[in-house]
Amino acid sequence: MTNDTSGDVRLSGITKTYGSFTAVHPLDLTVPQGSFFALLGASGCGKTTTLRMIAGLEEPTGGTVHLGDQDVTALPPYKRPVNTVFQSYALFPHLDIFENVAFGLRRRGIKSVKKQVEEMLDLVQLGEQARKKPHQLSGGQQQRVAVARALINHPKVLLLDEPLGALDLKLRRQMQLELKRIQTEVGITFIHVTHDQEEAMTMADTVAVMNAGRVEQLGSPTDLYENPRTTFVANFLGTSNFIEAEVDARSGDDIVLKAGGGKLVLPGARCGAPTSTGGKVLVGVRPEKISLTHADEAGEIPEGRNRITGKIADSSFIGVSTQYVVDSPVCPDFEVYAQNIDRDPRLVPGADVVLHWNPAHTFGLDAAQDIDAGVDEGAAS
Amino acid sequence: MTFVNWLKRNLVVIAGLLTLAYLLLPNIVVTVFSFNQPKGRFNYEWQEFSTAAWKDPCGVSDLCGSLSVSLQIAFWATLGATLLGTMIAFALVRYRFRARGAVNSLIFLPMAMPEVVMAASLLTLFLNMGAQLGFWTVLIAHIMFCLSFVVTAVKARVMSMDPRLEQAAQDLYAGPFQTFLRVTLPIAAPGIAAGALLAFALSFDDFIITNFNAGSTVTFPMFVWGSAQRGTPVQINVIGTAMFVVAVLLVLASMVIGNRRNKQKA
Repeated sequence: MTNDTSGDVRLSGITKTYGSFTAVHPLDLTVPQGSFFALLGASGCGKTTTLRMIAGLEEPTGGTVHLGDQDVTALPPYKRPVNTVFQSYALFPHLDIFENVAFGLRRRGIKSVKKQVEEMLDLVQLGEQARKKPHQLSGGQQQRVAVARALINHPKVLLLDEPLGALDLKLRRQMQLELKRIQTEVGITFIHVTHDQEEAMTMADTVAVMNAGRVEQLGSPTDLYENPRTTFVANFLGTSNFIEAEVDARSGDDIVLKAGGGKLVLPGARCGAPTSTGGKVLVGVRPEKISLTHADEAGEIPEGRNRITGKIADSSFIGVSTQYVVDSPVCPDFEVYAQNIDRDPRLVPGADVVLHWNPAHTFGLDAAQDIDAGVDEGAAS
Repeated sequence: MTFVNWLKRNLVVIAGLLTLAYLLLPNIVVTVFSFNQPKGRFNYEWQEFSTAAWKDPCGVSDLCGSLSVSLQIAFWATLGATLLGTMIAFALVRYRFRARGAVNSLIFLPMAMPEVVMAASLLTLFLNMGAQLGFWTVLIAHIMFCLSFVVTAVKARVMSMDPRLEQAAQDLYAGPFQTFLRVTLPIAAPGIAAGALLAFALSFDDFIITNFNAGSTVTFPMFVWGSAQRGTPVQINVIGTAMFVVAVLLVLASMVIGNRRNKQKA
């Protein structure tokens, strides 16, 4: 964002073990000043532990934490220029909203806090509630108090530990936008921990997908979605279809693959697996990139598209789109999302269909991994 | 029929009033008889109204002396038991150490053990140690048996405390001492206060353990017991009533202050 690097967070080889269990494997990560960074993963993947090590609430077993040029690894939490919005907020129940927000300022010996606190409460639209106790506020209001209580200290980095987990869906959407607005307004580095892939993708500039104590992949939401490098990422972020295929030949920048009886084309640049002839590759494609044509009109499909045949096993109409499950010889339950623009009345369960898509939307992964990695975790969020 | 219906609708209220009467009747009797002018030495039969005892509460020799001893012991026992008990409760909830489980159950033993047994074994202990029975032995005994009540009350409170509150305080630039003073202590305070009140009440009216270990020291309960054998002065009822009134006033005052504070905040 800017050339100022005093708000950079730099983790080098940071690791945390509890007895024989490794919560976080040695991890290198740089979060640039002013960015909105998300740590995404299922529960128990080490994302919260990583966050707590940045806050100083957890002592790393190895490695260092830098804020800008300062090594803060040995500093206790109360000496780090970092503030946290806790899961379930952790507002002080014996203090009113005003005193909760003023807490950090008062501890640093600032006497005249009134103006700052009032401004901060206005920023989160809670000016009227200043003299109420936390338990008198709704979940969304408490959440905003927690954000205000952290932000008033102008931390170099704001850490958010699943801050929206306790809110209902509608409020969560609203708060996502609100947090994004606040971040743009104050320009502080935000590190946001979440298990909700949609939340991470809507809010963050950069997302790190964590699995079993490691970062599986790091990139912009679009990059992660379009170019997943592992089946875990492909399944955790949205839905992916996989076809096991064998490398047949190379033609220019493309790789030609054999799957079942047919041929599929994959851009060489989008393949993360070794591509020697005869090697196995997992061919992936997202459900919304696929078009569905009734078998009777297979001749009308333009040349040069990847195609496979199948039979519709199930269809469900969900308003904006219709979701089909197609039983194909190369993949037993192929998912296809079709926009409801021109619905073909013949596309009902039992119909023979051809699935086809632009080869550019195909990605290739190493076939040596579990096809279903991350499926349940992704679906659960 | 209408009576049955009325009964049905008001059964809860009636049961509540009866229970309240059951609880308060002894206090009422004590209060009424503090205004009695007994004939003879025993204050068991109503004779005639008099405020003589209220005008001269210390009129019976040794009564106010014993009351003062009891108040002193109760004050120091409360202080000691609350301090120690709070620390024990925090240690038991917050830290994992060797024999934690054993300490956890042993601390409740004084609550479960019959008082006479405890009194007798304490006396044996003090005699074997060659301790001079008196104020100090009573105080030590009282701190000992009040401890378990304080630990129970404080532990319940500390266990229900979210450890993230203290982490949040640390995250907001409060060092260990500030965190304890500004967050831990205020949140644990109701538990500590409950423990202290229990300790005071238990210590003030304890008879059995005190009687065994007091030597020549006489506390208020011992004085009442002693005089009950020779005759009961009306002043005992006066002191009893006064204490009841003071307790009720304290409760009312704390309720009024609490309400007013809530209203100001809202």
